[in-house]
Amino acid sequence: MTPLRLIALAIAALALATLPYWMSGIYYVNVASQILFFAVFALGLNVLAGYGGLVSLGHAALFGISAYATGYILQAGFGHPVAIIGALVVGVASMALYAVLSLRSTGIGFIMITLALGEILWGLAYRWISVTNGDNGINLHGRPAPFGIELNTATAFYYTTLVVFALAVVMVAIFVRSPLGAALKGTRDQPRRMNALGYHVWAIRFWACLFSGLLTSLSGILFVYYTQFISPQTLALTSSAEVLLMVISGGAGTLLGPIVGAGLVVIVKSVVSGFLERWNFLLGAIFVAIVILMPEGLVPGTARLWRLAWRRARGGGAPS
Amino acid sequence: MTLWLVLAVNSITFGGLLFLLSAGFSLIFGLMRIPNLTHGSLFMLGAYFGATFIGGYLALHFDFWIAALLAALLVAAFGAVVERLLLRQLPGQPLAQVLVTLGISFMAADFCLLVWGGDPINVATPAHLAGFVRAGPAVFPLYRLAVIVIAMVIALALWLLLDRTRLGAMIRAGVDDPDMARVVGIRVSQLFTIVFALGSGLAAFAGIIGAPILSVYPGLDQDMLPLALVVVILGGSGSLLGSFVGSIIVGFIYNFGQALFPELAYFVLFMPMLLVLLLRPQGLFGRFVP
Repeated sequence: MTPLRLIALAIAALALATLPYWMSGIYYVNVASQILFFAVFALGLNVLAGYGGLVSLGHAALFGISAYATGYILQAGFGHPVAIIGALVVGVASMALYAVLSLRSTGIGFIMITLALGEILWGLAYRWISVTNGDNGINLHGRPAPFGIELNTATAFYYTTLVVFALAVVMVAIFVRSPLGAALKGTRDQPRRMNALGYHVWAIRFWACLFSGLLTSLSGILFVYYTQFISPQTLALTSSAEVLLMVISGGAGTLLGPIVGAGLVVIVKSVVSGFLERWNFLLGAIFVAIVILMPEGLVPGTARLWRLAWRRARGGGAPS
Repeated sequence: MTLWLVLAVNSITFGGLLFLLSAGFSLIFGLMRIPNLTHGSLFMLGAYFGATFIGGYLALHFDFWIAALLAALLVAAFGAVVERLLLRQLPGQPLAQVLVTLGISFMAADFCLLVWGGDPINVATPAHLAGFVRAGPAVFPLYRLAVIVIAMVIALALWLLLDRTRLGAMIRAGVDDPDMARVVGIRVSQLFTIVFALGSGLAAFAGIIGAPILSVYPGLDQDMLPLALVVVILGGSGSLLGSFVGSIIVGFIYNFGQALFPELAYFVLFMPMLLVLLLRPQGLFGRFVP
């Protein structure tokens, strides 16, 4: 890691750690919490879509399943620790089932199967009213209080989310540098060669799916504790598309990309929508613009422009 | 018994609409390997444009069928522009294609909300088709039967186009093996624009033809897109017959599912698609595995 990057990382960490003190208003602290848990979600999808080349258009359903599981377990009268662990188990187990069904295929086939699975789960949540309460959803009452710290204030919840977010970033960073992460990138770029080299391509992808499922469940639990409410809308295709857009627009296959993408989408959705009625149009236009100007995503695209400008500034000018 | 008969006719009508929607989707997917996630928006745009032409806008009143044709042409032109300007730049990049098509569908949905507002628009059935047909105890709206006939005629026309003309032979060659088609001198890139415009126009036409039955409302795009996907996966991409059979199957499953198991309607809709994906990944009549 270059010194420049270390400094940037330190500044970002400091800014995030002190955010409630310089950010004016509870509203913006809440927006920051949303960005962080959606970033965890996007990081989870990025493990598959970015590093594994497996684009899932049904991830919101997994996110939603963990949220519903949390709600059900709490309704059944269990405490928060049971609910959280139970929701993680349900989320990862659902991902395992997803993986078994969808890993029969790659490319557009994988997109289609995950989309179908997502729609099935959404359809159940939406229409199986006797079980899921349909569009009225499920309400939660209260947030957990780990180590006696109440999470009911925006600041306390922000710090909880920040801890989970930091954990997720570290986990993904370790995963990407691990032999499994390298093998996953290998199966994305050259599946046949990896197979010929003796790697079990299916198993590598399966483990990546489980890891992605774990991060997705974590973010789903944070989401449901944040909103205190879960409804089928969270599982819909639009939500799956949104998180995929976070990953692609930020830069699939980079650590920073999904975080930037989550920031972009959440800010346009909740802040810009406050004073611009046509925010959906703006979001769509931003996506189209990104594809035209920076097809690799915001983070790698900016890095490329930065390097270009740097070379120009040094007077070289010659393309490498 | 009457109920079953009415449901069956409704299913075939809905299947006909789905065929118009998904035939283009299937060809685009088959030929260009693009998962065109704007297809639901094209359907909705067609419905809104058509409704505007019929309902009178800028002191213009059109006959239902002329309005439908105009809307289809307009959306076909829009599709051609999108293909030429955007999708053309992104061959073989599914991530970018997903991003761009979703981005356009966001913009289209918001555009419709801006122009036509959030209230559903009801489109009256054309006066000469407003009647009913009696068959024993069952009564069928004439318009629904007319939709079936229109879908059949267009299916036949598309089949003739694809199976009997030079253009159709070139499209089939492009679907089967785009590289080889280029080698033998077919301008596959030109075919892309033609097929994309044709698919867009058909989707828009389906939108306005379906408007008297479904009405036009925000979110129509998100309702129709998954259905088109189900049809194409069931029937197999790039196959006209597949789209046709898939549409009828989905029409039946959708209508009977809604009537018989309302709580599990979407489950019974997507379950067969999953089974087909797992057991026969190329679809019932597919030409290739996506």
